[in-house]
Amino acid sequence: MIEILEILISPNFWAAALRIATPLIFGVIGALICERAGVLNLGIEGIFTAGAMAGWMAVWLGAGLWGGVLVAAFAGAVFGLIHAILTVPLGLSQHVSGIGVTLFATSLSYFIYRTALPDVSSPPRIEAFQPLDIPVLSDLPFLGPALFQQTSLTFLALLLVVATGYLLYRTPLGLAIQAVGDNPSAVESQGLSVYAIRIGAVVAGSSIMALGGAFLTMSAFDAFFFGMVNGRGWICIALTVFASWRPGKALLGALLFGAFDAFQVRLQTEVGSFIPGQIFLMMPYILSIAALIVVARRADYPRALLVPYFRGQR
Amino acid sequence: MTGPTNEAETVLRLDGITKRFGALTANGEVSLDLKRGEILALLGENGAGKTTLMNILFGHYVADEGQVLVGTGRTGLHELEPGSPHAALEAGIGMVHQHFTLAENLSALDNIVLGTEKLSSLTSAHAAARKKLKDLIERSGLNVPLDARISQLSVGEKQRVEILKALYRDARVLVLDEPTAVLTPQESDTLFGTLNKLAKDGLGIIFISHKLAEVMASSHRVAVLRAGRKVADLPTAECDLRKLAELMVGHEIVETVRDAGSPGAPLYVLDKVSAGHGRDALHEIDLTLRAGEILGIAGVSGNGQTMLARVISGLVTPVSGSISLAGQNETHANARKMIESGLARIPEDRHRDGIVGAMSVSENLAIETIRHPENQRFGLLRFRAMLEKARQLIEAYDIRCQGEDSQARLLSGGNIQKIVLARTLEPEPTVVLAAQPSRGLDVGATSDVHKRLLAARERGAGVILISEDLDELMRLSDRIAVIHRGHLSEAEETETLDRGTLGLRMAGHGGEEAA
Repeated sequence: MIEILEILISPNFWAAALRIATPLIFGVIGALICERAGVLNLGIEGIFTAGAMAGWMAVWLGAGLWGGVLVAAFAGAVFGLIHAILTVPLGLSQHVSGIGVTLFATSLSYFIYRTALPDVSSPPRIEAFQPLDIPVLSDLPFLGPALFQQTSLTFLALLLVVATGYLLYRTPLGLAIQAVGDNPSAVESQGLSVYAIRIGAVVAGSSIMALGGAFLTMSAFDAFFFGMVNGRGWICIALTVFASWRPGKALLGALLFGAFDAFQVRLQTEVGSFIPGQIFLMMPYILSIAALIVVARRADYPRALLVPYFRGQR
Repeated sequence: MTGPTNEAETVLRLDGITKRFGALTANGEVSLDLKRGEILALLGENGAGKTTLMNILFGHYVADEGQVLVGTGRTGLHELEPGSPHAALEAGIGMVHQHFTLAENLSALDNIVLGTEKLSSLTSAHAAARKKLKDLIERSGLNVPLDARISQLSVGEKQRVEILKALYRDARVLVLDEPTAVLTPQESDTLFGTLNKLAKDGLGIIFISHKLAEVMASSHRVAVLRAGRKVADLPTAECDLRKLAELMVGHEIVETVRDAGSPGAPLYVLDKVSAGHGRDALHEIDLTLRAGEILGIAGVSGNGQTMLARVISGLVTPVSGSISLAGQNETHANARKMIESGLARIPEDRHRDGIVGAMSVSENLAIETIRHPENQRFGLLRFRAMLEKARQLIEAYDIRCQGEDSQARLLSGGNIQKIVLARTLEPEPTVVLAAQPSRGLDVGATSDVHKRLLAARERGAGVILISEDLDELMRLSDRIAVIHRGHLSEAEETETLDRGTLGLRMAGHGGEEAA
C-alpha cells in the first residue's frame, strides 16, 4: 500500500502521465471536432501514423521541428479531406470509409518510409523537441517537475483544449458545428452550408489528430518505426464517448488513461515478480472499458452522428 | 376577414413554376402573387405539390421552368437566385417547416442567431441580439424562454422559435408548412391570432394546409393546388367549405356517416395499466372497449399514443395492471398471441411496421397467418394458395399494384394501407386497433379506411381508433377518451363532447386527468 501511495505522490509519475496523455489529447480533441459536426472519423489510427511519418520525415529531410509539425498537420488534413468527401457530400458509410482511410494512410506511410529508406536496419534519429525550461515556474515544488519536464507540443495540446472549448461554446462557428451535428436542417434553414461546415470540421479535426502522431516521432521518441501508433487512435474514439464530446472532459479522460498507463509501469517494478507483466499492460484498457460502461450509458450523442445529409430530403 | 387594399405592393411572385421528378410532374406552371400584409392559404391534398412548391421558393429545389420574384420595397420585383436558401433568406423569405429545423442541443437564442453572424467572428454578439428579440417578442406576443435548450421546449414554443427566427432576420414573407398539424385547437387559435397581428404590421404570409376550416377562418385569399396544378385562386370571402373541398379533391365528396350503434358487452379491458418510462410512460390507464363500438383516443402527438398502441397489441408488456380480451387474461400475451386471440393491429407507421417493403404483396398479405395450414404444410410455404388468396384480396380491397408479385414498397401509401387492412380485417377480428389509420392519406384512401372501420363495427367488432385528427374522431367514434402525458381520461359519448372541450383536455386542462 505504501508503495502505491509513493507512486501517486511522486512528480515523476505525473510527468509521465501527462507525457503519455499528450498524443491522446490531440486525438480526442480531433475526434471530438469531427463528431460534433456529425462525422465519425475512424481514419484516426491511420491519420496518427501518417502524422508520425510525415512530421518525422520532414525534419529528417532538413525542415525545422515546427516545419515538421506543419507538414504532419497538412498530411492529416489531406486524409481528413478524403474521408470528408466520401462521407459528407457522397454520404457513404462513415465506418467503412474511416476504416478504409486508416488502412490507406497506414500502408502509404509505411510504403513511403520503406521507399525512402530501403535498407536501413535501425531507424534514423532526428533531433526531437526538448523539455521546455521556464525559469521560476520550473523550480516550483511538485508542479514544476510534473509540468515543466514537458515539450512544447504538450503545451500546444493543453492550449488546444482551451481553444476548442472557446470555439465550440463562444463563437458563431462553434454554434454552427454543434448545430450541424444535431440537426443539419437547422443549419441549412439559416442559410449556412451543411457540407462546408462538416467538411471543414473533419479536415480541421484530422489535422489535429495528426499532431498526436507527430508527437510520437518528434517528442516521445526521435524516430519512426512500424506499429508505433499501436491502437492509440482507437483509444481516442472511446475517450470521445467517455468525454461526452466536451473538451474539458476529453482532457480529463486522456489524463486518466495516461495515469493508468504510468501507474501500471511503476506497479510492475514493485510487484512484477509474481504477476505476469501482460496483466499490467491490460490494465489501462480494462479500466477504460469500465469507465466507458459507467459513463457512456447516459452519453448525450450528437443526434446527427453517422447520419448523412442530403438537401431537400427530410 | 378583410385583406390588404388593392394597391398594396406585391412582395412575392411565383411565375410559371414547373418541377418534374422523373415522369411525375410535382408542379405544373404554378403562378402565385402575394401582397404585403396578406394571408394566403395554399390548400391541397397530400401529394398535391404544396411542399415541393415551397421548397422551390426557399431554394431547397431548383425549378425546371419558371422563376421566383421578390419585391424589396422601392426597387420593384427582381428574380431570386434559384437553389440557394441563403439568397431566399437574404431576400426576406422566412420558412417554418412542418418538421422543425432546430438544433435541440442549443438554446432558443443560439438557434435564432445561428447563421446571422460571420462565421469567422471570434465573439458572439448575443447582447444586441437579445435586445432586438425582447423587442420582437413584445410586439408579436411570441413568448419563448430565450435561454432554454430547445429540447426542453414544448411543440408550441418550438414553433414560436421558428417564427422568431424569420422575424429576427426581418422577413417580409413568412411561409408556414402545415403549422397546425402538431398543435391543439387552442394553440392553433393563438397562432392564427399572432399571424393576423403580423400581417397587419405588413408581413406577407403563406400557410400551407389541407384543413378547410382553418383556411376559411384565417386567410384572406386561397390558392388551391391539385395534382401539381393551381386550380383556383380566389378571395376567402367568396368561398364556402363545400366549394373548397370540391376544388381540392376534384369531385363531390360523400362523407362517411356513422349510424347510432348498439354496443354490446365489454370486449377488451385495460385495468390500471402502467408501462414504459420517461416521456413515453403510461400511468394507470383504464379503458373498456365494448363490442360493436368505435372508441376514439384523442391527443396531441407524443403524449403516449405510441406506447398505448404497443401495449394494446402486446408488443410491450405492462409493468403493472392487467389486460383482458374477451374475458381471457392477456396481460402477458405477446403480439402473436394477441393476433391469435382475435386482435387486428393497424400500425401507426405503416411503411416501417405495416409491411416488409422488400417482400411481395402476396407475402405481405400472408405474413400474419403464415403458420396456418392454408399457408404452409410441414414447414414449407404453399405459394400457389398464397397467390390465389392474394388475388382475391387485391380484388376485394382494390389494391392497385402491378400484380401479387410486385414489391410492397413500390406501392403508394394508400395502397400499402389497403394491404394492411386486407391482412388484418379479412380474418374478421373481434378487436381492431387502428393507430393513425388515415395519416398522410388522400381523401379517397381515407374514406376507404373509414368505411372498413365502420364495417368492422357493424359486424360487432370493437374498434380502438387512435388519431390526432379531431374531425375524424368525432365522425367515427361512439365514445372518445383523451390522452395527455400518459394519462387517459374517461371515455365520454361523442354527442356530449365538442371540439373546444376536447382541445382543452388535449392541452391538459379540464377533465379529471388534468396533470
